[in-house]
Amino acid sequence: MQRRTHLSLDPAFRWLTLTGGLLVLTLVAAIFATLLHGSLPALKQFGFGFLLSQDWNPVTEQYGALSSIYGTLASTFIAMLIAVPMSLVIALFLVELAPPQVSRIVGGAIELLAAIPSIIYGMWGLFVFAPFMADHIQPLLSRLSPGLPFFTGPPMGIGLLSAGIILALMILPFITSVTRDVFAMVPAVVKESAYGMGSTTWEVMRKVTLPYGIQGVVGACFLGLGRAIGETMAVTFVIGNRHEISASLFAAANSIASTLANEFTEADSDLYLAALVELGLVLFGVTVLLQIAAQWWLRRTAKRMGAGR
Amino acid sequence: MIQTSALSRSQTDLPPTTITTAIPATTSTTAKTARPGEIKIAARGLDFFYGEQQALYSNDLEIAANKVTAIIGPSGCGKSTHLRTYNRIFELYRGQTVRGEVLLDGRNIFDADCDQLELRRRIGMIFQKPTPFPMSVFDNVAYGLKQHYHIGRSELAEKVEMGLRQAALWDEVKDKLHKPGTALSGGQQQRLCIARAIAVEPEVLLMDEPTSAIDPVATARIEELVSDLKERYTIVIVTHNMQQAARISDFTAFFYQGRIVEFGRTGKIFTNPDNKQTEDYITGRFG
Repeated sequence: MQRRTHLSLDPAFRWLTLTGGLLVLTLVAAIFATLLHGSLPALKQFGFGFLLSQDWNPVTEQYGALSSIYGTLASTFIAMLIAVPMSLVIALFLVELAPPQVSRIVGGAIELLAAIPSIIYGMWGLFVFAPFMADHIQPLLSRLSPGLPFFTGPPMGIGLLSAGIILALMILPFITSVTRDVFAMVPAVVKESAYGMGSTTWEVMRKVTLPYGIQGVVGACFLGLGRAIGETMAVTFVIGNRHEISASLFAAANSIASTLANEFTEADSDLYLAALVELGLVLFGVTVLLQIAAQWWLRRTAKRMGAGR
Repeated sequence: MIQTSALSRSQTDLPPTTITTAIPATTSTTAKTARPGEIKIAARGLDFFYGEQQALYSNDLEIAANKVTAIIGPSGCGKSTHLRTYNRIFELYRGQTVRGEVLLDGRNIFDADCDQLELRRRIGMIFQKPTPFPMSVFDNVAYGLKQHYHIGRSELAEKVEMGLRQAALWDEVKDKLHKPGTALSGGQQQRLCIARAIAVEPEVLLMDEPTSAIDPVATARIEELVSDLKERYTIVIVTHNMQQAARISDFTAFFYQGRIVEFGRTGKIFTNPDNKQTEDYITGRFG
């Protein structure tokens, strides 16, 4: 029997992985540099005021990002407000309550939702959901909350609220499937000992399963948030694309991504283009800040609860 | 082939069996509780099934109040399965069914009117691995208290301290009550779980190999604790470790292939068992 000679591939493999890691860093840095470079003219022209002005007028060459930033944050906020609790409830149902067959079918349907391209959500939103909102939901909301500035104005169907709801539908499957996996990983013996203390299913879910998986749940939420904040196609279809901030959620608005999608082809001057690129830079910055916030928050909860080790 | 405890019971020196078992299962909710030495829990003709597969065969077992009863036997013999019927924890899983009865102070716990949550308050359980909840040491012990009682802040703190003291953990954790329970060592975590279980003032503690995941020193502390705890609680402990059973228990049941082969005073089981299989097992010929 001949002895096999080992040709060690370890050094090569180490190089390969190192290159991969460095590539990611380089890409992030390169994207940042490109955005910064592209937005220089606008940065010089408007300075910090770019972030604070909601005046966006290609004719007079006045550009301010405030309405886009507001629209991005507001639509994302609405989406999270709807999607997070719903996802938690669905995930808990799938893991703790549903019979295995039901869990498998519903789980599969949710994965399927995640696979639908955003353009489909956009078209469905514009042609089916927006008219439904205009005819039924928005009049109802106005009637139920007289005097609330959020639900005033003509029910057009499209607008910030519709965009937020469509976004919620889009991120729901992501948050649900990750939280479901997180809850499924809570050791059976921990749940058993909670039940063994005489807890009801609700108490076990709220006090043990949820805190145990809190890190994963927050991670899932930020995954959804990251997707919602940059979502372009579906939002562009239903948000209405108007550069103005309105207290009413029925009003047409815009987001950073929808502005970019709508106006990039129309940008005929250098300053216009630079302003759009600077919008991209703002989105990049917001995303980075959110990531940092997420990491900080995760570390804090981990320390406090000693959860999800 | 293998005779269950009904036979061996007559030959062994059991606690007085006549008093509480006479109480029919249908008496009022204020059924009296067993005094030390009387029968606290009695399994009668207990069969257990995992789906189609039968795991326990007609188990008869009597657990004496304020004594330690050890359940021993080789892996897969049904020790844990038997234990897990006492607080109906198996009901969490689909397809696990039971036949026969388990009487707690003379009342069948499988009766429709038995409150499962109250049953689990009265019968606490400790598991193989420590299972601290993802919350502070204090909140871990307060967990059950808040669940079962309306309780004020100062009384809660008192009860938590009492639970921790009874579990011989207070001195070690009194300065880190607000640290996460998971930050304690393995042995401390297990004692935390004991504190959590006894804080709600149960009557019975079920221990399912409570020391199998912790080191020898911590194991010794828990064994010591078990001996202290039987003053207040009836203890049933499943163990792989025969020396442990011999050290800490008053009665021992030997399980084999889902049947109770022999049950009697620990001293007798370990020195002069009636059954050949018991003897083979405790002398290490199989298992």
